[in-house]
Amino acid sequence: MSDTPKDGQGARFHALILAGGVLFGFGLGVSRMARPEVVLDFLQFQDLGLLFVMGGAAVVSAVTFVIGADLLDRPAPLTGREYGRRVREMDRNVLVGGTVFGVGWGLSGICPGAAYASFGVGNWPILWAIGGMFLGAYAQGYARSVLAERRATGEVAGAD
Amino acid sequence: MPRWLAAYFPDGVLSYAVGGLFIGLGVAVIYLGTGITAGASTFLETTLSYASRLPRFNRPTYLASRDWRLTFTLGIVLGAAVYALTIGPGGWTTEVQPWRLLAGGFLVGVGTRVGKGCTSGHGVCGVGSLSGTSITNVATFMAVAIGTAQVVLALGVTP
Repeated sequence: MSDTPKDGQGARFHALILAGGVLFGFGLGVSRMARPEVVLDFLQFQDLGLLFVMGGAAVVSAVTFVIGADLLDRPAPLTGREYGRRVREMDRNVLVGGTVFGVGWGLSGICPGAAYASFGVGNWPILWAIGGMFLGAYAQGYARSVLAERRATGEVAGAD
Repeated sequence: MPRWLAAYFPDGVLSYAVGGLFIGLGVAVIYLGTGITAGASTFLETTLSYASRLPRFNRPTYLASRDWRLTFTLGIVLGAAVYALTIGPGGWTTEVQPWRLLAGGFLVGVGTRVGKGCTSGHGVCGVGSLSGTSITNVATFMAVAIGTAQVVLALGVTP
């Protein structure tokens, strides 16, 4: 991954990202995912509608990725990137992170995209959740930095 | 839909499915124009680079993507506002207690960053990519979240 493609810039690029974000946020509103209560109803088996949200969205993205990665024989117009799929390496962090995320999601009914959308509908109490997410993201970054430093100094000491 | 099944969908399925199609459409527009598979949670970590010097938040890939992630998030806020003011019921607030939002948000912030994605990154883009990593992550957080919400319900914590 040494030649990471540069992310796009310029007005046309940002206008397209904004348009995508507007559709995405509009969908979060229509799907009622911007209401923590509806997500909690799903997790407590009182309204399973969320299955159709994630399913519908994943089907559209799957079709789009097939078009981009398998059918279009050219790079993306606004960035020159090659079309690819979203793949992440599998390791223990995927399970640990998923577990911690699950406890937080089950406790609050809130996930990142839905929280931003909820702010957009004027749900001011959601700022508690957004503030909490930033604190959590900072805490894990800080902890990982400290661990990495300790590991590095430990290796130097071990080399003696 | 048989009646036993309809009991699990008190508000029908149409608004959920249509909302999901719009979420997918947002992902599709960005992907076809730029080749980027957009998730919502990396916004948190990359935005911290504006305020923190910690190397973790200032990795080259984060510095390269933080501007468009800001635009993407602004779009999500705007799109939801458009919904609320047009076909939606106007603005609303949640009854879920602040401590649940804060504590849950904190764990969500940790979990998405350690687990490399969230409900949109893994749940929509990753599952749409048939990525085994994402499917594993989604199965994990679904099971744990259901268990957590059931325990919260059993303890009588409402709303």
